[in-house]
Amino acid sequence: MPTFDSDRAAKLHRELHSHLPSDPALRVKTLESLAVERGLVAPESIDAWVEAYSEHIGPKRGARVVARSWLDPAFRERLLDNAAEAIKDFGFQGAATGHLKAIENTDDQHHVIVCTLCSCYPFAILGMSPAWYKSSEYRARTVREPRAVLKEFGAVIPENVAVRVWDSTAELRYIVIPQRPSGTEGWDEEQLASIVTRNSMIGTERDLNTEAL
Amino acid sequence: MKSHLIYGKVILFQPDDPFSPPEPVFDEAWQAQALALANSMVQSGHLTNTDWAEALGAALKVAERDNAPDTLDTYYGAVLNALETLLENYAGISAESRQQRRADWEAAYRNTPHGSPVEL
Repeated sequence: MPTFDSDRAAKLHRELHSHLPSDPALRVKTLESLAVERGLVAPESIDAWVEAYSEHIGPKRGARVVARSWLDPAFRERLLDNAAEAIKDFGFQGAATGHLKAIENTDDQHHVIVCTLCSCYPFAILGMSPAWYKSSEYRARTVREPRAVLKEFGAVIPENVAVRVWDSTAELRYIVIPQRPSGTEGWDEEQLASIVTRNSMIGTERDLNTEAL
Repeated sequence: MKSHLIYGKVILFQPDDPFSPPEPVFDEAWQAQALALANSMVQSGHLTNTDWAEALGAALKVAERDNAPDTLDTYYGAVLNALETLLENYAGISAESRQQRRADWEAAYRNTPHGSPVEL
């Protein structure tokens, strides 16, 4: 027979209203507070990263880099030679990105990037990676059957165009420089940047759409 | 990109819809905080980029071996497992100290009146 237990009722009431965070949220909170307490990380650096990658750092950075490489041959040469140095022109360098290599699509060569180990990505110029980039299917199949994967993204690569897959690592990451589409003669850097998509800089898109404006 | 439900299974790999509106970068705040913690550990010199990539890669392999669904939940679960392993191996933060701290947080959430900041 149920009995009224005021302590138990009060406890139940507190629990119902406690809004206890989810299990993963509690795991992160636990790790973060222990790491901060031991002086391993500063809470401000965690907050700054979250704000930067939630609000500010995204693929528009990479688009600007690509647009400049189309307009400025000297910049293009520096970018292909040492991309990590060249993007400092924009203040885009990021320690987390490490070394960066820019690889340029041509009429007979298409490039696509992947991280077969985990999810290494040029965060400092493309922001957070898309969900599919982290999937085990993309990581496994892009190496095995790149043309089939690209086709699923809508990029049908002609047989006479070679496809090269670049496997990112913690120390070396890549950005694809897509080809400048025809019909963009006379455009300025901002106009050009507006048609450069994130996927084209990963390589899962090949032909940029000039009507995207 | 949204994950898709096929035969009741969540499928992550699906090229994105170019006409869909921009989506938030993170589905949950804790996902951002977990990656930020890893990044801060690298920035402060307690881990290298390679330490992090290898630990995350190993955690993802375990998930694949266990036939975990290919979803963002699985990915971020691997991120958490990798962080716990690294903090244990490099900073001596044991499973016991995690359990204790988590119990402290749960108690703090239960005992803090709704609307007030939860602190230890």
